[in-house]
Amino acid sequence: MTGIETIAADVWIAAAVASPLAAACAMLVLRRWAAALGVLGSLVILGAVAGLAHQLLLLGPQQLVVGGWDPPLGIRLRADGPAVGMAGITGLIGLFVGIYATAYLRPLAASPPHGERLFWPLWMFLWAGLNALYLADDLFNLYVTLEVVGLASVGLAALARTAAAVAAALRYLLVSLLGSLAYLMGVALVYAATGTLELRGVAAAPVGYAALALMSAGLLMKTALFPLHGWLPPAHANAPAPVSALLSALVVKASFYVMLRLWFELFAPLIGPATAHLPGVLAAAAILWGSLQALAARRLKQLIAYSTVAQVGYLFLVFPLGLAGGSLRPAWGAVLFFILAHALAKAAVFLAAGNVLKAFGHDRIADLGGAVQQLPVSMFAFAVAGVSLVGLPPSGGFIAKWLLLAAALEAGRWGYAGVLVGGGLLATAYIFRFFSHAFRFVPESVLCCGLPRRMEGCALLLALGSMALGLAADPILALLQIGLPETGAAGAGGAP
Amino acid sequence: MNGLDDTPAGDVMNASSPLLRRLAALAALAIGAGLAAAVGSLPEPPAALPRQVAAFLPASGVRNPVTAVLLNFRSLDTLLELAVLVLAATAARALSAPRSVAAALPPPDPVLAAFFRLFAPMALLVAGYLLWVGAHAPGGAFQAGSVLAATGVMAALTTRFAAFGASRWLPPALALGPAVFLAVGVAVAGGGRSFLQYPAASAGGLILLIESAAALCIAAALAALFLECLQGPLRGPAADPPGGPR
Amino acid sequence: MSALLYAVVGAVLFALGLYGVVAASPLLRKVLAFNIAGSGVFLFLVAMADRVRVPFPDPVPQAMVLTGIVVAVSATALALLLICLLRELSDRPREAADDGH
Repeated sequence: MTGIETIAADVWIAAAVASPLAAACAMLVLRRWAAALGVLGSLVILGAVAGLAHQLLLLGPQQLVVGGWDPPLGIRLRADGPAVGMAGITGLIGLFVGIYATAYLRPLAASPPHGERLFWPLWMFLWAGLNALYLADDLFNLYVTLEVVGLASVGLAALARTAAAVAAALRYLLVSLLGSLAYLMGVALVYAATGTLELRGVAAAPVGYAALALMSAGLLMKTALFPLHGWLPPAHANAPAPVSALLSALVVKASFYVMLRLWFELFAPLIGPATAHLPGVLAAAAILWGSLQALAARRLKQLIAYSTVAQVGYLFLVFPLGLAGGSLRPAWGAVLFFILAHALAKAAVFLAAGNVLKAFGHDRIADLGGAVQQLPVSMFAFAVAGVSLVGLPPSGGFIAKWLLLAAALEAGRWGYAGVLVGGGLLATAYIFRFFSHAFRFVPESVLCCGLPRRMEGCALLLALGSMALGLAADPILALLQIGLPETGAAGAGGAP
Repeated sequence: MNGLDDTPAGDVMNASSPLLRRLAALAALAIGAGLAAAVGSLPEPPAALPRQVAAFLPASGVRNPVTAVLLNFRSLDTLLELAVLVLAATAARALSAPRSVAAALPPPDPVLAAFFRLFAPMALLVAGYLLWVGAHAPGGAFQAGSVLAATGVMAALTTRFAAFGASRWLPPALALGPAVFLAVGVAVAGGGRSFLQYPAASAGGLILLIESAAALCIAAALAALFLECLQGPLRGPAADPPGGPR
Repeated sequence: MSALLYAVVGAVLFALGLYGVVAASPLLRKVLAFNIAGSGVFLFLVAMADRVRVPFPDPVPQAMVLTGIVVAVSATALALLLICLLRELSDRPREAADDGH
């Protein structure tokens, strides 16, 4: 605990949680400066996470004992590879989505129902919740962060104030609340049996299974795994584009991340092969169903939202691949890498769709002819990110799917390998279906409005990021695997 | 708000199909039975953590163990809980259109207003007492904040009080709670102390400071949530086609 | 032993509330059902707190309940506001559109 390096890590961890909270408070007081404070705050948070990543690479996993009270009495925040990787991708996407939002929301913020101006404090609260969630190492602290994330997301999803958006947000809120209550009941059970809220205590069998079932069901609802996905497409498709990007790229992953921690760290001894295959089967169904719905969608943002339903499925393949006899390390690295790749690509695609919506005044896929010719930058961004969503080389999505496929083949799970390949083909189909309309030649301009250059730039940079992720896969994968949980590790070294 | 009960779930969450209802009933039965079985099989309660709380209570700056857990041992939870409340109030402000609060309120009733003048000082006294007593007995910021919020709501309903710039001073009051909490947390850190690690000598005073700010913030948030619900949204959505932009 | 009785009652309330959130048709009832389920969890936690005395009941679950109540209040208020907003938006879609800015 002594030494200058540890103290510095303390500061970075505290800053990663405290700076978005401070920014949110400042924005409530200085409402006029919200956007400027937002971009500034994003840079500060990103700096804190970068400092933390530096410490992690130099010294391994770091921690902050909040209030100086060691667990179980107090709360510890820990920064290992997964936590810093998630906070890092949140920082990158948050910065670019924020810059995009300054242009996207400006005309709305000027009009009388100026709720859009409150995008900024809500997003900063969401960001604080996300960073705290990634770093949390305590079951009840995770509950509070889940609630921060859930309520802030609902508020953001309703910002458009259309009947469709409000109905979707209400449904999202009810599902999210049910999920957190089930999670909280699980926490109560674990605490009653073990007397601690740390992620280390394993509850004894009957109580442990009850807690496992409740907490997992709650988190599955929040992550929108098939068949509990019904709330996601309307909520993500009806939100303002920057909000859709944040919800689809980051928020859905947050509850999955909690599930990952619980299954691999808290409940690992309780999970047999049969239990581990349950999320695997749902995952396969999600990939197929989500992709088919995306193929049938009429609106571009709906298509992208259903694509999220499908891509969430891939995440859950980690449980059968990592816990049902396979080796942990490749599956764990693959799923975390998948999260990063999908987050970048999905944020880029949603921002590009926002550009389409702004420029065309609608997003009906059948009427988007001429898009490629008149919005070349946005459509290029869409295509590049689409390559990553499909999983073609050299994108981040390709590496992620390759790692998953390798893990599936290594474990001899041919069924899951087939689902991976089939999902890729379906993704190709729904991306190409959109482009078959977008490439149509239209003689004169069909755009209703011009676009600020930074809106196209942000979409493009995120799309290029999803490509760059594939090129820089090795160091990123190494970072993600720092501090891998030991439980259940069958000890296969190195990434494939 | 009459008729709220009639608002059908519509496409929000439609469980009108009898099959789904039956499934839900089965699931609820299974959950209830499973939980009851789990309660029956609970082991002897482990007491290590509460014993630790008791052992470190003298160093926490307060004598009420619940306050010690909330404001010192697990202060991060409480900081984030304040964030939840403030962000809910912020979301409420974002969703309801700006309009004069006064217009939404019934005209002040002279009898009620006279009663309120008698009631308000006592309510403020009770709030102050609850805040102070939290250090050694049940009470604290949330209890005090609720009483304050109730007083504020009474003021809004019986006088023109709420018309005076509620929208101007509510946001800073909302920010006050998390801001003071954060400021104390950062100010005490350094010199080998961690974020939110109060020096033992001044812990009591710092906790009272945080709780005072939190009480004002909680009062503002609860009152804001009530007023936003009361005034309701005036304007509809911006003139976008359904499913159109945004 | 009475602590376990309260815990079972809490579990039952929790299950009833869950059923209500899914099966009740009016939105307001869903929100009320959510609060019943929440009270079930809180009752369960308080019962757990009462199982240990050192000499006071375990303060950690009590603190969890207090935090949980604040969260439940916030969520309930947000849900009610969204219900009001939804009602207003679906009651007069025309006027709202004409209101245009």
